[in-house]
Amino acid sequence: MSVMPASVEEIAQGLRDTGYLPGESTSLVSYLAAQLGKPVLVEGPAGVGKTELAKALAKTLDRRLVRLQCYEGLDEAKALYEWNYRKQLLRIQAEADGAGWSEVQDDIFGEEFLLTRPLMDAISSEEPVVLLIDEIDKTDQEFEAMLLELLSDFQISIPELGTVTSTTHPVVLLTSNNSRELTEALKRRCLYLWLDYPSLEHELEIVKLHTPDLPDTVARKLVELVATIRDLDLKKPPSIAESIDWARALLLLGASDIDADVFRSTMSVIVKHRTDLDIVADRVGVKLQLAGGGSNGAGA
Amino acid sequence: MPAPRKPDARAAALYGSAGADDVGMAARLVEFAEELRGEGLKVGTSELLDGFSALALVPWQEREQFRVALSATLAKSPEDRKIFDLVFDRFFFRAAEMAAVREGVKEEGGIDPDDAAHLDMDALRELIAQAMQDGDEGAMRDLARLAIAAFGRQGQGSGVIGVDVQRIRRALGLKSEPQPELPPEDPRHDGVPRDQLRAFEAMLRRELERGQIERQEQLPPARPLNEIDRALPSGPLQDLAAVHRVVAQLKRRLKTQGQEQRGSKRHAVVDVRSTMRASLQTGGVPVELKFRPKRPRRPEIYVLCDVSTSVTSASVFFLSVLHALHDSFRKMRSFVFIERISEVTDIFHKERDFKKVSEAIAKDSGVADISGYTDYGRVWNEFRTLVEDDLHPRATVIVLGDARTNGRDPKAEVFAQIAEKAGRTFWLNPEPQLYWNYGDSVISAYAAHCQAYECWTTQHLEDFVKALTKPTT
Repeated sequence: MSVMPASVEEIAQGLRDTGYLPGESTSLVSYLAAQLGKPVLVEGPAGVGKTELAKALAKTLDRRLVRLQCYEGLDEAKALYEWNYRKQLLRIQAEADGAGWSEVQDDIFGEEFLLTRPLMDAISSEEPVVLLIDEIDKTDQEFEAMLLELLSDFQISIPELGTVTSTTHPVVLLTSNNSRELTEALKRRCLYLWLDYPSLEHELEIVKLHTPDLPDTVARKLVELVATIRDLDLKKPPSIAESIDWARALLLLGASDIDADVFRSTMSVIVKHRTDLDIVADRVGVKLQLAGGGSNGAGA
Repeated sequence: MPAPRKPDARAAALYGSAGADDVGMAARLVEFAEELRGEGLKVGTSELLDGFSALALVPWQEREQFRVALSATLAKSPEDRKIFDLVFDRFFFRAAEMAAVREGVKEEGGIDPDDAAHLDMDALRELIAQAMQDGDEGAMRDLARLAIAAFGRQGQGSGVIGVDVQRIRRALGLKSEPQPELPPEDPRHDGVPRDQLRAFEAMLRRELERGQIERQEQLPPARPLNEIDRALPSGPLQDLAAVHRVVAQLKRRLKTQGQEQRGSKRHAVVDVRSTMRASLQTGGVPVELKFRPKRPRRPEIYVLCDVSTSVTSASVFFLSVLHALHDSFRKMRSFVFIERISEVTDIFHKERDFKKVSEAIAKDSGVADISGYTDYGRVWNEFRTLVEDDLHPRATVIVLGDARTNGRDPKAEVFAQIAEKAGRTFWLNPEPQLYWNYGDSVISAYAAHCQAYECWTTQHLEDFVKALTKPTT
C-alpha cells in the first residue's frame, strides 16, 4: 500500500509526478520526515504551496491524507474525539429500568460512543496516513501543548478509555503563516522547512507544468511580472496558485502577449485588494504601456 | 524588555580555540552548535541528535544538502535561519581556511595581481558595475580581487577589514542611488542593485580575510555577529520592505494576542445566552460552557514624535508603525516636533507611501523653525494648549524622542501635568539605555512621570506594542 522512498531523488521524482515541483530543500526535508518519522513544521508566506505539499506527499507515498484545519478556538472536542452525547442519552433512556448503573456506565464509554475527529482518525488508522495540521498558528497555546503528546509519541490519552497508540507511523505536516510565535516545545519536536516564493526559473517550470499550452514567451513574461508585483508593497502579494490561475486565464483568452490592455483586464486574477489594484496599475501597468508604446513606435 | 542577545562567556572562550586541532566530524558539529548557541539560537541536545540522524540519511558530502539537513533540524524560524546561514558560512569558511593554513595551500588561479597594474580605476569601476547588473558572481569575485589589488597599490589600506571594504567601495563610486550625472550607457547611471552591492561587499570582505589569513598563516579571532543585523532599520528610509514585513507581522500578532494569558488573568465571563444555545444539542443540559470573548483594549492615543536630525529615521519608522496599526486603536492623533509642535494626523491619513509622508512632514509641518534644535520645554507648553481639553484618563500619550534638550529648560513640571491628565504615558527612547542621562540627555527628569523604554530593535517595539494593547484585567 504505502511506499517508502529510498532516496531524496526518488521522493523528488514522486512529487514531480503528482504535479508538485519541489525545491531542493523541500524534497530533502520530506525525505527526512518520512525516514525519521518526525513531524515537519512548514512555514512561509501565504500561497507558496504549503498545503499543496502535504497533498502531493500523500499521493507520492500512496497514503490517505487526514486534514485538520485549525482556527481560533479549536478545542479537543473538534480535533481529537468527542463523546456522542445524544447517543449516550438515548442509550441511558432506552435501558433506564432494566440495567444496573455500572453496566450502563461501562457501556456508554465504549468506542461505539466515540466520535473520532481528525487527529484520532490519523492515530487509529490501520493504514499509515499523512496528517496535515493546517495553520497551527491560528490556535491557542493550550492546543499546541495538547499536540505535544501526539507529535512525539503518536498516542492520545482518553481518560475513560485509556491510551490509544498508533500502530502505523503517520507522516505529520504542520503549516504556519508565522502569525504568532510557536512554542519552543513544539518546534523542538519538528523538522523545520521554510518555503519561500520560488525563483523565476522554478516558478516558470511550475506554470508550464500546469498550462503546457501557454506560449513560452507569455509564460516567461508572466512570471517576471508576478515577481515584480511581489516586490511592490502590497497587502497581499500574488501566490503561486494565482500565477497559475492567471496563466490559465490568459490561455483561455488566447493571449499571445501581455501588453498593457491584457494586463489591465486580467490583473484582478492576481491582485485582490482595492488599494493593491491601484498600486499595481500605477507601477506595472504604466511600465507595460511605455514598453508597448516604444516597440510600436519602432515598428512604425 | 529583554536585553539584546549577546554571546556568552563560553562562546567567547570557544572563539579562541575553534578548530585548534584535528578532531572528528561529530566534534566539529558540536562546535558548530556551540557557535550557534553563542549567537542566541536555542539549539537543544535533542535537536543536535536530530541533526546527526538527518546527516546519516543524506549524502552530506554535498554542501547544499548538508546545509539543508542541518538547518532543518537546528534553525527553526526565519530569524534563526538568517543567523544560521551567517554562522554556517563563517564557521565553514574558517574551517576550510584553517585546513588550508595547516596544509600550506595557497589560493592559485584567478587574476594575477600584477595584471591589475594595467587596469585603471575607471575601467575597473565600469566592469564591476556591469558585472553587478548582470548578476555574474564569478566575474564579481574576480573583480573583487582586482579591486583589492588595485586598492592595495594606492597604499590606502588600513589593515582593518571593515574599513577597507568601505574605502574600496567608495573609491569605486558604487552607490545604489541613481547617478544622473553619469552618461546613460554607464551601468551606474540608474544605480546598482542593492542586493548585488551587498553581495559584492561580502565578497570583498571574504577576499580580504583570505588574503590576511594567507599572509599571517593563522586565523584571526572570530567575531560575534554584528548587532546591527538585528537592529531597527536606521538608514534614511532604507529597507522599506523589511519594515513593512515587520509591521504586517506585528499586526497579525496583535490580532491573535490576548489568548496567551494564563492563570488568574485567563478567567472569563460565562456567556449565558450561547451556553443555552449550545445546550440544545444535549437536550437542555448545559454540558459545555461558553465564555464571552475578551476584547482587546483599544486606547485613544496621542503620539509625539521628535523629528530632529538625531532621531529622524527611528521616528519615521515608529510613526508609520503606529499608523499601520491604526485599526487597533480607537482614535489616534500624531504630532511631530523639533522646536515647535505640529499635528500630522491628516498627512498619514492621506498618504500611504513612506517617502511621501516624510517629504510632506518635512515640507508642510513647519517645525524646523530657526535653530533646528529640539526645545522640549516649549513643546510641552504647546502640546498642553493644543490637547488640554481632550485629554482624559483613558487616553495614552506616547513620546518618541532622545530627551536631548540641547541645554534648554526641560520643563519637567509641564510634562508632569500632561502625564497626570492622561491615563498612561510612555516614553520611547531610540538610544540604548547605556547613553541615557549622558551629555544633554535629561530622560531621568521625565522618566519620573512616565514609563520610559528603550526602543532600538524591532523586538523592543513589538514588546512595547504588546504592552500597549494588552486587554484590561
